[in-house]
Amino acid sequence: MSRQGARLDAKKVNSELFTLTYGTLVSQLLKDYENVDEVNKQLERMGYNIGIRLIEDFLARTGSGRCYDFKDTAEKIQAGFRIFLGVSPTISNWGPGGDEFSLIFESNPLTEFVELPDHCLNLKYCNILAGVLRGACEMVQMEVTSWFVQDQLKGDNVTELRVKFIKRLEDAIPAGED
Amino acid sequence: MSNAITISVVRPKTSLLDKPLSKGKGEVSLSSFALLFSELVQYCQNRVYTVPELQTKLAEMGQDVGSKVIDLFFVRDRSWKRETKLIHMLFFIKTTLWKSLFGREADKLERANDDEATYYIIEDEPLVNKYISVPKDKGSLNCAVFVAGIIEAVLNGCGFACKVTAHWHKGTTYMVKFEDHVISRDKQLGDQKSM
Repeated sequence: MSRQGARLDAKKVNSELFTLTYGTLVSQLLKDYENVDEVNKQLERMGYNIGIRLIEDFLARTGSGRCYDFKDTAEKIQAGFRIFLGVSPTISNWGPGGDEFSLIFESNPLTEFVELPDHCLNLKYCNILAGVLRGACEMVQMEVTSWFVQDQLKGDNVTELRVKFIKRLEDAIPAGED
Repeated sequence: MSNAITISVVRPKTSLLDKPLSKGKGEVSLSSFALLFSELVQYCQNRVYTVPELQTKLAEMGQDVGSKVIDLFFVRDRSWKRETKLIHMLFFIKTTLWKSLFGREADKLERANDDEATYYIIEDEPLVNKYISVPKDKGSLNCAVFVAGIIEAVLNGCGFACKVTAHWHKGTTYMVKFEDHVISRDKQLGDQKSM
């Protein structure tokens, strides 16, 4: 049975509900852990959990096949942001090896109402995004890592997420299955 | 928090209040929200032992959201004017607030037959429950307590002291139980107007 793409697209929610829900989650983590590094880690882990499920949604909606190269991947990641967060980051600053690029965000629904207090300067508020990318790419046999180079919440003009290709993952049988 | 000495850096930061208030028309995909909410529920679940504890935790997080939307909506949609009459306030929640947050109005607003301090807001299928299937051993769990938390914080923040709980009844029913002084004050307000 084939599914209608249009039907999948129709479902949207108000971004403020999303923003505030995320904000609540981050502030709860800060209360629970009292250690900014631990919070960064936890956010990344949550992002990873989201990524490994979100990729399926992405493939279903776009019907996209395998990537030819990392440039192709970059464009698909960009499209993913448009579909799921309604923002289009710019792709730029390719590394010389073609295995590294930056996503530049002018705006970002996650940070809409956010101001970082001074004791949270090390908080990577949007670290969940790094986790989402790692999780999503891992499910299509690609290991990537990403980190924030610039952050609007810390006074930079734009938010820059650097993405680096690590290696291709070989098909592996999940543990516990023969 | 961190034990290192924080040297405050002079940053050219624009304050949140310097920026214009967004129109609130931004949208993200439902999948993104659903997965984020799922992480939130899982996180809460890992830190508690029982279903009531989990509900309390979710409600607290909802309250956090609720306390933040009060000003946002009254400034944007009602040009700074808060509601003073109970029924208008409830109606505001059923229509404006629900529509902005969840994309449509709540299905029903009812008052309990036997108690003038109890109201029900009824919703067939809350947005947050859309992709949640409750495990058998946690039958009473309704993750819409998160939404109940939002409503409670909005009502309390506007001076209508109450408790809001979520129940599995005709879909999900939010039971709003006001404190007696809220009801008597509301009656006085009504009397003054009719004089």
